[in-house]
Amino acid sequence: MDMAIEPASTDETPGLGRSRLLRVAVPAIMLGLTLLAWEVYVRVNAVPPYILPAPSLVAQTLVKDWGTLYPALLVTLRITFSALILALIGGTLLAVLLVQSKWVELALYPYAVILQVTPIVAIAPLILVYVSSTQAAIMICAFLVAFFPILSNMVQGLKSVDHNLLNLYDLYGASRWQQLRLLKLPAALPYFMTGLKIGGGLSLIAAVVAEFAAGSAGAGSGLAFRLLEAQYRLNIPRLFAALVLLSATGVAIFALTSVVAWLSLRRWHESALAREN
Amino acid sequence: MIEAVSSGTPDGAEAVPVPASPRSVVSLRDVTKRFSNGTLALSRMTMDIRKGEFVSLLGPSGCGKSTALRIIAGLGRASQGMVDWPASRIGRDGRPDADIGFVFQEPTLMPWKPVFDNAFLPLRLKGMGKGEVRDRVMGALETVGLKDFAKAYPRELSGGMRMRVSIARALVTDPKLLLMDEPFGALDEITRQKLNDDVLRLWSEKDLTVVFVTHSVFEAAYLSSRIAVMGARPGRVVADMLLPRPEGRERDEGFRSSDTYADLCRTVSQALVHAIAAPAAEDA
Repeated sequence: MDMAIEPASTDETPGLGRSRLLRVAVPAIMLGLTLLAWEVYVRVNAVPPYILPAPSLVAQTLVKDWGTLYPALLVTLRITFSALILALIGGTLLAVLLVQSKWVELALYPYAVILQVTPIVAIAPLILVYVSSTQAAIMICAFLVAFFPILSNMVQGLKSVDHNLLNLYDLYGASRWQQLRLLKLPAALPYFMTGLKIGGGLSLIAAVVAEFAAGSAGAGSGLAFRLLEAQYRLNIPRLFAALVLLSATGVAIFALTSVVAWLSLRRWHESALAREN
Repeated sequence: MIEAVSSGTPDGAEAVPVPASPRSVVSLRDVTKRFSNGTLALSRMTMDIRKGEFVSLLGPSGCGKSTALRIIAGLGRASQGMVDWPASRIGRDGRPDADIGFVFQEPTLMPWKPVFDNAFLPLRLKGMGKGEVRDRVMGALETVGLKDFAKAYPRELSGGMRMRVSIARALVTDPKLLLMDEPFGALDEITRQKLNDDVLRLWSEKDLTVVFVTHSVFEAAYLSSRIAVMGARPGRVVADMLLPRPEGRERDEGFRSSDTYADLCRTVSQALVHAIAAPAAEDA
């Protein structure tokens, strides 16, 4: 019985350490080989850089154009994260409101669905008309896209509370607020984390798409505009450099949201537990 | 097994129960429950649960025993009839104040909270602080043998241990009435017997009144001081049997293999057969 409480032993066994090393080494070596093949292909066939730049050239461009790309990256990051944070707050608040009463849900849910299913590129021009600041308009687009998965996951989570636990709270005369804070919100946490992971990726995609639609220029423009600009100028190495930065941002957001999810669920939820047989 | 010795009782040898005192903890009067789909789950159930009793509601599935328990707990309302708490102060919500502990079929623990916080929940919902009731919660955990597991999470415990947490949580408010809804049905036989003994020990130590829903004749015969045998369609009490305990409350392995227990099981079993065979009440 005592062993039930022992935390699973970590890297005690030599086999586990080696497999952990391989988990990092295998994808890293694979990535290295891919880049090498790309480099060799470009050099052997003397592919002109405006068709396909070699990875080494992309890396050089990244360093050389850092002065242009870095401020753009910051703009994109700011839009993405403020949209995501607003979507997290808004999605959670609206979900809490929706589950309070069936009538509220019936009245409001259709709007959430309509906003979700209408392609964001189609709404963007309208938002650009209504909102004077381009940055704000792009952020609203990113918010609208990230908002829905968080909302629908939270609604699902708040409704999936164990009925016996609800009965238990009733039995002890819990107030609605206690029920929400101590029972429903914690029970919905795994669903919230799913919404966060999906919303995090979507807010970056939406920020890029909205900026394409906005086509804004000047000092305050983000990576998407730099990417378009590089294409117009046939500066393909810079286009690739901007692309690398966008991918890296996406990967970073994914890693960050995954770590947050793991940290908050690791003690109790099945999704964060290693299965031992 | 002549003497009723219960080592942990504070007042020593006075562990022999007062035979069913006339004072009811809760009384049901003609309680009828019809669900919204038209099913008549309970028909005019009348019953008094007296202080210190260990009452089992025994019957086949669908006989309304869980429904009756939930109505007593205030989790469902009776369609007709009334539930009265003669000895309790009634709170603003129409429920007796802090008088019920409920143990569900499943442990029903919050997986995101460690054992301590799960057992602390009823007191927390009453607005008490963790610091002021720490000893009380630890005491409740100690009575079920889980003092050392206060910081563990439910998933780290076995099924039997989770059930113990659930029992500790039900006992933490010192309820006048402990309601148990087939609590050990999902456990293996060995764990189940152990928990049966634990519940009996708590019953005598803490002078509890227990209503225990089960469909096991053996469990009911082992535990109870009184068995209400229920019949189905509509759910009603068919036989109400007081089980004399001349030798005190002692229940142990010796009792399990005794002729007394075998006879008791046979009697209860026959009552159950009658209950199933009995024609439905005339007002169904």
